[in-house]
Amino acid sequence: MDLTPLSNADLRTAPLRRDHCTLSDWSSACAALDAGRLTLLALWGEAAAVRMALLDEGARRIGLLTLPAETAFPSVGRHHPPAQRLERAVADLWGLVPAGAPDARPWLGHGAPYPFLPVEGDSLHQVPVGPVHAGIIEPGHFRFTAQGETVVRLEERLGYVHKGIEALMTGAVLARGAELAGRTSGDSCVAYQWAFAQAAEAGLACPAPPRAEHIRAVLAELERLANHLGDIGAICNDAAFAMMLAQCSILREGLLRATATAFGHRMGKDVIAPGGVSRDLTPEGVAAIRAALTAVAARLPRLVALYDGTASLQDRTVGTGRLSPALARQFGAGGFVGRAAGRSFDTRRSLPYGPYAELSFVVPARDEGDVNARVWLRIEEAQASLGLLDQLLSGLPGGPVQSGLVPSGPAEGIGLVEGFRGDVFVHLALGPDGRIARCHLRDPSWFQWPLLEAAIEGNIIADFPLCNKSFNCSYSGHDL
Amino acid sequence: MGLILSLLVQGVQMALVVALAPVLTGFVRKVKARLTRRQGAPVLQPWRDILKLLRKEAIVADSASWVFRAAPYVIFAATWVAAALVPTFATNLQFSWSADLIAIVALLGLARFALALAGMDVGTAFGGLGASREMLFATVAEPAMLLITFTLALAAGSSQLSTIAAAMAGPEMGLRVSLGMALVALTLVALAENGRIPVDNPATHLELTMVHEAMVLEYSGRHLAMIELAASLKLLLSLSLIGCVFFPWGMAAPGDGVTAHLTAAGLWGAKLALGGTALAISETAVAKMRVFRVPDFLGVALMLGLLGTLLLFVSRGL
Repeated sequence: MDLTPLSNADLRTAPLRRDHCTLSDWSSACAALDAGRLTLLALWGEAAAVRMALLDEGARRIGLLTLPAETAFPSVGRHHPPAQRLERAVADLWGLVPAGAPDARPWLGHGAPYPFLPVEGDSLHQVPVGPVHAGIIEPGHFRFTAQGETVVRLEERLGYVHKGIEALMTGAVLARGAELAGRTSGDSCVAYQWAFAQAAEAGLACPAPPRAEHIRAVLAELERLANHLGDIGAICNDAAFAMMLAQCSILREGLLRATATAFGHRMGKDVIAPGGVSRDLTPEGVAAIRAALTAVAARLPRLVALYDGTASLQDRTVGTGRLSPALARQFGAGGFVGRAAGRSFDTRRSLPYGPYAELSFVVPARDEGDVNARVWLRIEEAQASLGLLDQLLSGLPGGPVQSGLVPSGPAEGIGLVEGFRGDVFVHLALGPDGRIARCHLRDPSWFQWPLLEAAIEGNIIADFPLCNKSFNCSYSGHDL
Repeated sequence: MGLILSLLVQGVQMALVVALAPVLTGFVRKVKARLTRRQGAPVLQPWRDILKLLRKEAIVADSASWVFRAAPYVIFAATWVAAALVPTFATNLQFSWSADLIAIVALLGLARFALALAGMDVGTAFGGLGASREMLFATVAEPAMLLITFTLALAAGSSQLSTIAAAMAGPEMGLRVSLGMALVALTLVALAENGRIPVDNPATHLELTMVHEAMVLEYSGRHLAMIELAASLKLLLSLSLIGCVFFPWGMAAPGDGVTAHLTAAGLWGAKLALGGTALAISETAVAKMRVFRVPDFLGVALMLGLLGTLLLFVSRGL
């Protein structure tokens, strides 16, 4: 099989060669995916080509396949279900039809009436929910088929927040591209901008200075910590345990304010840019972050004890929304969804980047795959992030924070960063003028949304909000 | 003269329960907010919301029938009458001959029936979901409430509330195990009746988890105002009922003067505040239970009511 195999060093630093593969390479890749030897990382379309990124978890290598295609390409989803929604999106956005695909319905395109999957059986009824929900959350439609209270099937319908980010990227200058990347999914703006910067730096073979990489990691861990704390509170609040939300929100707010003091933006937006960071970390910034971290470190154990000691809360989370490890592995689920169901993959450890290779941290993993496991994963990752931030802030190297990257082309690169939800994948191709020719951003939610459908099966309808919150998939990042 | 005064006190009480009910709801929300380190909305906010709703246009779904439009008034009227029957600060009021616990259970049952019908009437999935859950809970909650009534009636010799209150306040009642059981059972039933945590979450925005809120999702304007007011009245009724049956001290009797009535009213306010605070604390301390656990929860109330009745029977009959 002639895929361009990239070791971690190649992935992070080397520009990509653009070799076309043959149909037989494509089908042998499908067979490898089907057999579970490879994990699907991304699948996207281009003008007259379909591309697929594959991950070999054992060898810790990434492969890239480019298949020339004018109107159609052989379906991957026929052999490997996780590719189905990606292919449907390719068909919607690029008009490239996956030949032999089991599901030919549109995915991101909302032009025509959407036929939901037929359901047959006695005393089944359907509950349509969304796309507009009662809370302040993003839009998505959920079609439940239930027997009494028990969910027999959940079918998701997404794409309501398709903003055309990839189309906006095409022809934009690199700086504009970085801004757009940061606006793909608001809660993961640091992860997206880092992945985008990595792709640009790899393509141009111009790495960011060590101090910039350290500052990026500080931002990324702050983002992870803040989001995990918010999630822990929100999950408990969905079980009507408002106390946890109140306490976690206070800690999260402290972190956001410290981020604002240190970087000028509560979510750390637009700090990471290709070539480095736009803003250096001052001693005052470090002090503000340390103060917020001290508050979190002091309060977190008590909140964990509260979570663990409240029987009525445990009764809701333990055993609810169980995801089987086999499915998590097949879909290559990243983040807490995968790691709570036995798939111990974390980009920071498996394909390290930035300063992570030199830092010591644990990657927690569990096998139960229920809501409780996902809460615990977040707790343990938050604790790991506290340790990482301590190491990062103590060991900040000196030097410049900008490498003076000059966009030139043509060039291609890949970025892979562990966001709080999971691995964010970015593929960037620059044209001869140094402008963006094609950029693809793949949110981890692409491989988590389908698993939510599986996890809710057999649970009761009233437990769906709890399961959904414990997955906390991105609508915006998925719909692009 | 006596009749006029008695009618006046009855009228004052009927007006007072309506005036105070949203304040009590606001008070519980305020205490909950303070417990979760929030400032919270003003205590009068529920009143403002109701007045705002009354001024707004009522939107009715195309598929709704007259049932949907009539239900809010039935619910409000039934709940108001039930709330007005419970002796709050004065016993033996003009209408107290009809203030029978069984009548109150029946009135609340009527309100619940109307609400469930309205929930199903519009034909949305959530209305049906809420109605089916409400009825699932009611099948256990209503017999439990009746058993509690029997316990109290056996202990006091009447199911009339003023008589029960007088008997409970009397010196010969003393501490009884069956009364303790009835108190616990009544508290559990009241939590379920009012859709409070752990049975239902009145503050949730998650349609799929709702019980009471799911049935009223389609309501707006004055219809919603009626239902909100009725829900507040029900909470006030429950706390007043627990107060009047189990803590009947300091209630004014028919012959008492104005000062005695005012003191009794103040004491009633204190009882409500205490009950509201206890509710807020318990709601902060526990999570909501799974839908299918609620019948178990109410089953405890049913068993306690049954045990209370049996204990009284046995101690009496043998």
